[in-house]
Amino acid sequence: MTEYQTNAPTDTETVQDTVWEQEVSFIDSVPRWIAMTFVFVVFVGTWQLVTSFGLVSPIILPTPMETLKDMIFVGKNLATGGYMLAALWITIQEVIYGFALAIAIGFSLGVLVGETAFGEKAVMPYLVAIDTMPKVAFAPLFVAWLGFGIESKVALAAFIATFPIVVGTAAGLHAADENARMLFKTMGASRMQTLIKMKLPTGLPQIFTGLKIGAVGVMAGAITGEFLGGGKGFGELIRVAASQLNTPRVFSLILYLSVVGLVLYLLVQWTQRRVVFWQKESVGSYDG
Amino acid sequence: MSTALAQDYSGAPLGAPVYELTQVSKTYARNSVVALEDVSLTLRKGSFTSVIGSSGCGKSTLLKIMAGLIPPSKGRVILQNQPVKGPRRDIGMMFQQATLFPWKTAVENIVLPIEIRDGKAAAKKAMDKAHELLDIVGLKGFENVYPNELSGGMAQRASICRMLITEPAVLLLDEPFSALDELSRDMMNMELQRICREQDATAFLVTHSIQEAVILSDEIVVMKPRPGRIAEIVTVDLPRPRTLDMMTTPKFGEIVDYIRGMLDKGEDM
Repeated sequence: MTEYQTNAPTDTETVQDTVWEQEVSFIDSVPRWIAMTFVFVVFVGTWQLVTSFGLVSPIILPTPMETLKDMIFVGKNLATGGYMLAALWITIQEVIYGFALAIAIGFSLGVLVGETAFGEKAVMPYLVAIDTMPKVAFAPLFVAWLGFGIESKVALAAFIATFPIVVGTAAGLHAADENARMLFKTMGASRMQTLIKMKLPTGLPQIFTGLKIGAVGVMAGAITGEFLGGGKGFGELIRVAASQLNTPRVFSLILYLSVVGLVLYLLVQWTQRRVVFWQKESVGSYDG
Repeated sequence: MSTALAQDYSGAPLGAPVYELTQVSKTYARNSVVALEDVSLTLRKGSFTSVIGSSGCGKSTLLKIMAGLIPPSKGRVILQNQPVKGPRRDIGMMFQQATLFPWKTAVENIVLPIEIRDGKAAAKKAMDKAHELLDIVGLKGFENVYPNELSGGMAQRASICRMLITEPAVLLLDEPFSALDELSRDMMNMELQRICREQDATAFLVTHSIQEAVILSDEIVVMKPRPGRIAEIVTVDLPRPRTLDMMTTPKFGEIVDYIRGMLDKGEDM
């Protein structure tokens, strides 16, 4: 046997521990809500400073206090079922119908494009072409076709939200790897079985990514539709307030509107967590 | 050594022919590459056959033809007296990746082949059998666990069960454990041997590892590339059951060296 030299201590030696402090970055040790509160305070503080030193005219930028007061006013109106609630309800309806329509059309087109060679070859190029157009520019057309009511807003909202859902669905259907496809072939699965039992579930994360982008787009579509096509929705309230230089009102209306958008987004995310329960979560981003 | 038929060890491939390939050739029309030329091969009931060769020797083409995934250009492919003209339920297949679906639990993954072929009701009936199989591969207690929670080796065990659930006449194994670390791989190979013996299964393994081929097989098909063809069929007359200890015996080394020599020669051809 060869004798090996080692650093093992003899009986008489004491062992010197190799212990050292590992650096931990400061932000890792701060809870998320504290960090978020910090950003909020800095933001509102800067806002307060800018307005109270008169750096910006109050017509352009109201003080945080004015905005808060107006938010309370608008909140009361909404809570008591005032005219603002009626307007908000119209916008919410546009968003719901628009999103439902976008899901139905987007998913169907996504399956056509993602599953069939014909769809991929012949339909996809047109979808890409339309997707690159500024879709808001179609708003006057929708008004001309569908009138000043909620229909034209639903159409624009759906139009904007459809494409991310098409892309998400098509990408999802391509997500299954070669092994899974081969496995289904060896099991003698039909095309329909392969689609429903393998390709669609595999693609759910991408499909939900499309839905989330669509959920953001549908809000933008509904409000843009109201700006450009009138009506009685929340967008109209914003337009009127802005034309009266009532900036605090514009601010508070936008904030309430963003709550609607956030709720829709979180609803999609919640559904995703339920349905795609096996997906590892990543923070923040669209694929979270 | 290669042609000497050793009859004095147990587990010799002396069962009735299960899978017969006769003068099978495959030419890919697109680039007129001859992937496989004149391959004749017989798998006997209960035997374990490996195919080994450098890349481009046509072993994956051979496997796909045997699985009924692609048709041969020429030749006869007969499994249990029926020509293979597409995927069949008496062919079980396993891949390098376990390919378990994350939205299904272990048992649900295992009965998937039944669900596809016979529907949901039949799959439900096969649950008991799936539990038995999980028990056999040492995954008792993991029936209702999702694949995310299984290690690589455990996932491959589950995929063995999925392959066995339809009681296939032949098991086609496409480098099933090559994604695992060496320790788990050796263990899984012994496990595979045990399962094959217990089920009296006929197995056909594609591998890159000479050691793996020798320790598992009754016969090793050594293939040469361009065009892919059989160089020699080597009989491995190590006694059964095989143990990992046998990998240190002179006989094992002899067979490994012999095959390596043949593969090295193949490089120049």
